[in-house]
Amino acid sequence: MDDLLRFITCGSVDDGKSTLIGRLLYESKLLCSDHLAALAVDSRRVGTRGDELDFALLVDGLAAEREQGITIDVAYRFFATGARLFIAADTPGHEQYTRNMVTGASTADAAVILLDARKGVLSQTRRHAHLVSLLGIRYVALAVNKLDLVGYSREVFDSISAEFAEFATELEFDEVTCVPMSAADGVNVVGGGELTPWYEGKTLLRWLESVEVGGTGADDPARFLVQWVNRPDADFRGFSGRVLRGRLRAGDRVRVVPGGQLSSVDRIVTMGGDLAEAPTGSSVTVVLADEVDVSRGDVLAAAGDPPEAANAFQAHLVWLADDDLLPGRHYLAKVGARTTGFTADPPKYRVEIDSRRRAPAKVLRCNEIGVANVHFDVPVPYERYRVNRDLGSFVVLDRMTNATVGAGMIDFALRRSANVRRQRLTVDKRARAERNGHRPCVVWFTGLSGSGKSTIADLVERILHAEGRNTFLLDGDNVRNGLNRDLGFTDADRVENIRRIAEVAALMVDAGLIVLVSFISPFRTERALARDLVAEGEFCEVFVDTPLAVAEQRDPKGLYAKARRGELANFTGIDSPYEPPESPDVRLDTTALTPVEAARAVVAGLRGLDVW
Amino acid sequence: MTLDHLARLEADSIDIFREAVAESERPVLLYSIGKDSSVLLHLARKAFHPSRPPFPLLHVDTTWKFREMIEFRDATVARLGLELIVHRNPECVALGVNPFDHGSARHTDLWKTQGLRQALDEHRFDLAFGGARRDEEASRAKERVFSFRTASHRWDPKNQRPELWRLYNARVAPGESIRVFPLSNWTELDVWRYVDRERIPVVPLYFAAERPVVDRDGTLIMVDDGRMPLRDGEVPSREVVRFRTLGCYPLTGAVRSAAATVPEVIEEMRTATTSERQGRVIDHDGSGSMERKKQEGYF
Repeated sequence: MDDLLRFITCGSVDDGKSTLIGRLLYESKLLCSDHLAALAVDSRRVGTRGDELDFALLVDGLAAEREQGITIDVAYRFFATGARLFIAADTPGHEQYTRNMVTGASTADAAVILLDARKGVLSQTRRHAHLVSLLGIRYVALAVNKLDLVGYSREVFDSISAEFAEFATELEFDEVTCVPMSAADGVNVVGGGELTPWYEGKTLLRWLESVEVGGTGADDPARFLVQWVNRPDADFRGFSGRVLRGRLRAGDRVRVVPGGQLSSVDRIVTMGGDLAEAPTGSSVTVVLADEVDVSRGDVLAAAGDPPEAANAFQAHLVWLADDDLLPGRHYLAKVGARTTGFTADPPKYRVEIDSRRRAPAKVLRCNEIGVANVHFDVPVPYERYRVNRDLGSFVVLDRMTNATVGAGMIDFALRRSANVRRQRLTVDKRARAERNGHRPCVVWFTGLSGSGKSTIADLVERILHAEGRNTFLLDGDNVRNGLNRDLGFTDADRVENIRRIAEVAALMVDAGLIVLVSFISPFRTERALARDLVAEGEFCEVFVDTPLAVAEQRDPKGLYAKARRGELANFTGIDSPYEPPESPDVRLDTTALTPVEAARAVVAGLRGLDVW
Repeated sequence: MTLDHLARLEADSIDIFREAVAESERPVLLYSIGKDSSVLLHLARKAFHPSRPPFPLLHVDTTWKFREMIEFRDATVARLGLELIVHRNPECVALGVNPFDHGSARHTDLWKTQGLRQALDEHRFDLAFGGARRDEEASRAKERVFSFRTASHRWDPKNQRPELWRLYNARVAPGESIRVFPLSNWTELDVWRYVDRERIPVVPLYFAAERPVVDRDGTLIMVDDGRMPLRDGEVPSREVVRFRTLGCYPLTGAVRSAAATVPEVIEEMRTATTSERQGRVIDHDGSGSMERKKQEGYF
């Protein structure tokens, strides 16, 4: 009984999914008498099946779900038969919970897709099949449930099976099995096929017991992911991690990816003693024969057939957060055992989940799937997701909230990244700083429209210029008339606007200038990006702190009035958010300072940063 | 050569331990002395060998644990040379909170839930390992392996971080924390089979022996010390019993059983018709009570 199958069940509230899982638990005799007694009580109290047992109540575990009569999150169920152990990921079918299905499918090898025989193949069924295929599951059972409600009609079953089979030919499944079923009556779940004498195939449980999912990668070239450098004392240096694919033997030649160094396996250490061989899936500690530089996130690979490393890819992205994926915004990504900076280019297209049609998209919204080029800050060892889920998947994390906001699957690496190398320059920043008599830096003014940013920035530049410093002022309105005239004021465009400005400012810092940047720049993440693009001590964030009421009263360009009349959409402070800096380098209270006093405070701040 | 089911579970759990330690600043292992904690500790030692587990153990004590549990705890820590932090909620100590005068629900909330929060805050732990399994109870079936807690230690089941593949997210802001459950995918049977295979020591209370018990409303309660008030006419009788789970002795029901070794316990479990938490008084404090306790910060 050492064979384990992880599968996912997909279906909507009404397809009888919870009932099916409850029935599997019941029939596999895994329910204990106290559970059954509780179930009998609950069935009478809140059940939907009169005096009969309502199996759905077994799995709708959370009180919140019982109240609403829905399943709100992925639940994992365990049961066993004489043939196999099972972990079933039970996921809800509502549209807004695509993320739960993707979560459940990411660790599953097979899928059971349920539908209601009365309704047939709905767009939801297609969505489930598509997601299951996208996540790399190759083995699918279509459970045509509630057949009791159509009199166990063979015609109904055949027509649904045919429709699904035709749709499924477009997907990458190795096996599709359709089962005529009634979970409530227990027909073709475990036994009970008398009511469908025309069906000669397997019951659902029999299919789950016998489906051969394969693809464990035991015979692939070795891939060992380093998670933790193990250094108990000066004499021992091992690499603790996991054999993802293939096997590792003492004496094997290995290559470090991305470093490229060669060495061989000296010892495979475990608490139970050294091993001669570590099979696929094992967690061990490897000692190498040579002193090579290896760190967390590196892969030790079969020397003759290592994976490549790259930092730019085309990937499928599933967006999981309420806030849209914004192209150009700086996120983090966890890939293998590495966490690195991450950005996505504008989506090439969005995939409509129900129809699989490609649609144009500027951003990705929650529960949307798209294809985009993505960039990591450092090269990472990878394989295509179709080949290796472990080295082909990544999750995207928000830098501010730390939430998991997206999931990605690598299609292929973009070769361009290998060819575009940074040119090493002889006349560098330091040489320029010596000649200029001051260090370069970015002075970033942020604040509401009408807060006084441009006025103060202009005064600062005049003071610096008079002192003989080399300066340049990048002003929001001016740049929007040129470099960024293709951009509007949606959140996505605002992010791209600031990304370009930040890059231009960073180039000007390389050129040795004190760059004054005056933009509303409402989002913390983008200001953090601008800071990241230059070196430590080369960024001075100036918060021009003017309350909305004051800025609106000043309204030098009459924009607030327009926005209030509804003539100007996405106006910061009115119908678009402004995120004030949490710890600016200089804060200017413009209700207490004159513009000249404010400008002097900025110059003093720069002196404090040792710019000169 | 391939891994069997237990070896795969072990490898998964070790993987989880390593990710958690690599991605946190101040991890701790919540050690509750039971069989799951014994397995958890064994896996932690395996994960970092030849290093010692790079975190201390934390026992949130209630002063009402079985005496044999405390003896086992101290012996284990001494044998393995580990750092142990014992926390007792000082307010409970001052008030003498106990399940008889204050009721099981308040007793558990004050000693365990509030006590745990105090200990985590005091030591500023940003990640805590626990031995919970998804097969134990309905609300636990929905728990992530890496489960995010707010700065006030709350669990929000409607707003959990999606957890895909084996890419665990342990990132938190100051004050927030992550609970990590390396045994998420283990069942009670797996735990016992692993205890057997790895010869892991567990508290002797899991094995049948003659013990003094009273029958309280159908639950067999062991009279572990003189603090337990007996009802009128109640006389402890000596019966051959054992425990499937361990907690505060006045709140933990024994079962009549002759299973005195690990293989006998496993055999009994294969034929058992009741679940392991059935003897837990606190689980039955009301419908959805575990979910509520978890939201409030209970493990």
